[in-house]
Amino acid sequence: MLGRDAIRQKKREDRKAAYGNKLDATSSSYPNKGSGLPYPHRLNFYTDPPKDEVSLEEFEQWAIDRLKVLGEIETCQFRNNTPTEIDTTLRKLLDKYLPLNSNSSIPESERSNPRRFLGLTNERKKDHYSHFILRLAFARSDDLRRRFTTTESILFRHRFTTDNTIERAEFMDSLQLNSEVVGEAEKVSLAEELKAVLISGSKMPAEKARQMFEQEQYLKVDWDRVSDLVEGRKVFLRRGYAYVPNSMLLSLVMAEFSKRLDESLIKTARYLPHLDEDDRLIPILNHLSKGFTAPEYTSSTSLASLSGEAITASQIDNLSSHFPLCMKNLHASLRRDKHLRHFGRLQYGLFLKGLGLSIDEALIFWRQSFSKFTDDQFSKEYRYNIRHSYGLQGAGRNYKPYSCQQILMEHPPGAGDSHGCPYRHFSIENLTVAMGRLMGVEDRSVVNGVKQDVEAKKYHLACNRVFEYLHEKELKKKEGGAGKETITHPNEYFDRSWGLKNPGKRGGDGSEVQVKDEDVTMT
Amino acid sequence: MAPHKTTPDYDSDDAMQDVESMQVDSVGAKEKTVKDDLEHMFDDDLDDEPMVDASNAHKNSSGKVNITAISDIPSANPSDPEDMLQFYSRLFPWRQLFRWLNHSELPSTDFAHREFAFTLHNDAYLRYQCYPTFETLRRDVLNLNPSRFEIGPVYSTKPRDRKQAKGSFKPIEKELVFDIDLTDYDEIRTCCSKTKICIKCWQFVTMAIKVVDVALRDDFGFQHIMWVYSGRRGAHAWVCDKKARKLGDGKRRAIAAYFEVVKGSSQSGKKVNLERPLHPHIRRSHDILKDDFKQNILENQDPFRTEKQAERLLQLLPDRQLKEALREKWDSTIERPSSDKWKDIDALAGSGVSKTIIPKVLLEHKQDIILEYTYPRLDAEVSKHLNHLLKSPFVVHPGTGKVCVPIDISKLDEFDPDAVPTVTRLLKEIDQWKNPVKEEDDGVSTSRVSDIDKTSLKPYHDLFSKFVQKLLNAERPSPTEKPLHTEKSVKVKAEEMDF
Ligand SMILES: [Zn+2]
Repeated sequence: MLGRDAIRQKKREDRKAAYGNKLDATSSSYPNKGSGLPYPHRLNFYTDPPKDEVSLEEFEQWAIDRLKVLGEIETCQFRNNTPTEIDTTLRKLLDKYLPLNSNSSIPESERSNPRRFLGLTNERKKDHYSHFILRLAFARSDDLRRRFTTTESILFRHRFTTDNTIERAEFMDSLQLNSEVVGEAEKVSLAEELKAVLISGSKMPAEKARQMFEQEQYLKVDWDRVSDLVEGRKVFLRRGYAYVPNSMLLSLVMAEFSKRLDESLIKTARYLPHLDEDDRLIPILNHLSKGFTAPEYTSSTSLASLSGEAITASQIDNLSSHFPLCMKNLHASLRRDKHLRHFGRLQYGLFLKGLGLSIDEALIFWRQSFSKFTDDQFSKEYRYNIRHSYGLQGAGRNYKPYSCQQILMEHPPGAGDSHGCPYRHFSIENLTVAMGRLMGVEDRSVVNGVKQDVEAKKYHLACNRVFEYLHEKELKKKEGGAGKETITHPNEYFDRSWGLKNPGKRGGDGSEVQVKDEDVTMT
Repeated sequence: MAPHKTTPDYDSDDAMQDVESMQVDSVGAKEKTVKDDLEHMFDDDLDDEPMVDASNAHKNSSGKVNITAISDIPSANPSDPEDMLQFYSRLFPWRQLFRWLNHSELPSTDFAHREFAFTLHNDAYLRYQCYPTFETLRRDVLNLNPSRFEIGPVYSTKPRDRKQAKGSFKPIEKELVFDIDLTDYDEIRTCCSKTKICIKCWQFVTMAIKVVDVALRDDFGFQHIMWVYSGRRGAHAWVCDKKARKLGDGKRRAIAAYFEVVKGSSQSGKKVNLERPLHPHIRRSHDILKDDFKQNILENQDPFRTEKQAERLLQLLPDRQLKEALREKWDSTIERPSSDKWKDIDALAGSGVSKTIIPKVLLEHKQDIILEYTYPRLDAEVSKHLNHLLKSPFVVHPGTGKVCVPIDISKLDEFDPDAVPTVTRLLKEIDQWKNPVKEEDDGVSTSRVSDIDKTSLKPYHDLFSKFVQKLLNAERPSPTEKPLHTEKSVKVKAEEMDF
């Protein structure tokens, strides 16, 4: 039986230390509280590290299954999905990889029977263990820790909000937040005060405020359990109790969840160097952490050509008809101003590099484009910069073209900047003008659709909508095949566009898009 | 001596002359009392605790109390070291201080691990002092004769042993404290500045106490709140509930922020900008303060009288047209009083000088102004940190000679900082005290009257004792352990044991 001893007793103890299990008081009462079952609740705050041994196969398989879920959450996040949309996505995915049924799925009379409960116990054990295994894999860098906490928090929120109300209340009790439901009579007697806090600053009409208040449920907790809400006078206080509306309770629980996880991960990180080097866990953990990365686009063109010949600086103007709006905008700004500011050069330069523009051609392209500068100025100010972005100077890092996620999230443009995502960073008016002028999109229904996407903060959908409109004919010919995949990278946009408009040349239909996993943080 | 002055103003220079001559007359009597007292004290002393940590050997130049020094003529210094010594040996409520910090009659670590810090007359500062009992603390104070002493947190071990304890030495509890100081009001008080204070500007402190006290009780549920005059131009609050003492820095910071309404330090700009509807705490504070604003601010401080001051008021108001109309009106009357100007706002707004004015917005701005001039301006740093030290109650303020007496919150409006006894006055009261009981009745009766009973410190002392007793009652493990009659007997006993 391979790996029955994979995690030896000593390791478990070490790991227990690494998980920073301070809550000894809780570990004795929970999860064994009352029922005698190891996992009386569906939800888990992951305060106690695993106690039992698992096989190496289980160790790896459980972690991989959880990783699939977390990876999908990141994708949803980057697509700016609403919590409802994430819930829909997760429901299917969790059924497959990480099911977690509520106690109510078995008859009440049989719940105290550990045998009847075995199915639930196993699900919960997998959830519990896989969480802790991934902690070990993702504690190693700031970036991984941040992403792990974010995705785990979203997963927890999904489960929390979809949990059976009674069981959720029981779980809340187990967290020892010492809360008490505010009865209707008390709520009515404090209506004026509670309402004032609830709608403060919202400028809500009276009728709407009344409705909102009527629907709200309140919990009473010791004020110091929600001291951050007290700090901002976000709750009503009376005789030492804070009156927390249910709507705020979720954010309270979430804040507590991420805070505890952040703290535990830092402790785990400190412990990591003490894992034995010959430990069989190390390669598994390394492999796992590599699996959890933002998809990075690797162009299938790879420094080669679009039609058998290398791309040259002079072709860029023509090729720009296949650019997404963000790159079109950068290109137009460059032509207009004969200059781009730092992040603009970076975003556009790396994109061109992704097209296959060689360093020599890139230097020619930028030299010609910056026509208002002398050779001397150009050499001093920009040459180094461009070579640097190709990894030929400075740190020698081979920078990769920015993904939509990076463009949306990092370095928001300021006044005078041209980089960023126009769907996100432009005003609606400017966006409409830019779509018309740069992309030739003036069709009313498309423009309105884009406006709706933008309002819903679904910038990638707006971009894809424009793509689909501009390639309508070609996509139809392909009978709606591979074109339905959402574009998540400017270079992907270009490759697909070029492929659709030039069938037969280089693979042709643009479906040969590769998304390659690579762990940026491990380099 | 000036017998015609029954309640002399000890803080004025003229009065000081009287005090000096009086002191010279009474030196003989004083010397004897101190000597008796010291002898008594050393008789009682069974404790072997070293007097001062050898590493902190900033011993007072006199080392032991120098009794002959008492024959020196006291100077005009309001906190003459010799007077201070007299005060600490005869009038300071040591036992009550111990009970207050110890939370029980039996010596515990609540007291023994508590940090005391002394500021000596040579300005040396001794931190991390600690004492098993009040007797040892008293003895050190009389030895060092500090110009003041402060109370810090209770630590995980004896603060003196902090070096051995290394990493595990940390503060674990301290009262939640607040500091109101009139310096924080300098930009809005017109009657005095810097260290000066009068009954008019004391009202800023009174208003602050009202608002903070009710919020600590009604919002946070604290019950054991003691307000103490800081000896010059402010007040301290000591929140002594067990729950308050155990708060960490984060939660102390949350409370401090809860009370932060007046923001920003520059001269210009609106400093109160609140969202509507007002939070119930702000709403209640506003309702408490709005009448005070009329009396204490508009009438007494008159802060918008001059043209320049009025401009500040205009800055805080909304609507350009209304402001122009007001400016025009005020330009024509030189130094129109603030109350009239305040009334002008509504009068002009109502008379239709502006078509753009929104009554609700004007009302909100007026509320913000009221709060800007009346809402507590707390020194938040003092409240935020568990390990912040604060001057002990009943210490003599070295600059004024006034005793840091507790303030009776039920008679808050009557409190007058000028009426707070000074150390010189108290000593004079002892000297002038005449036993109302006839001598021949009972020869013992004279000696049974404690020094404190001879002075105007008595009511403050009683107030403190009452507060401490209440706190101790609440700290008892379980209410079943205190049948009704014991509570009474303990109380009586405690009072007898003082001094
Ligand atoms: Zn004054």
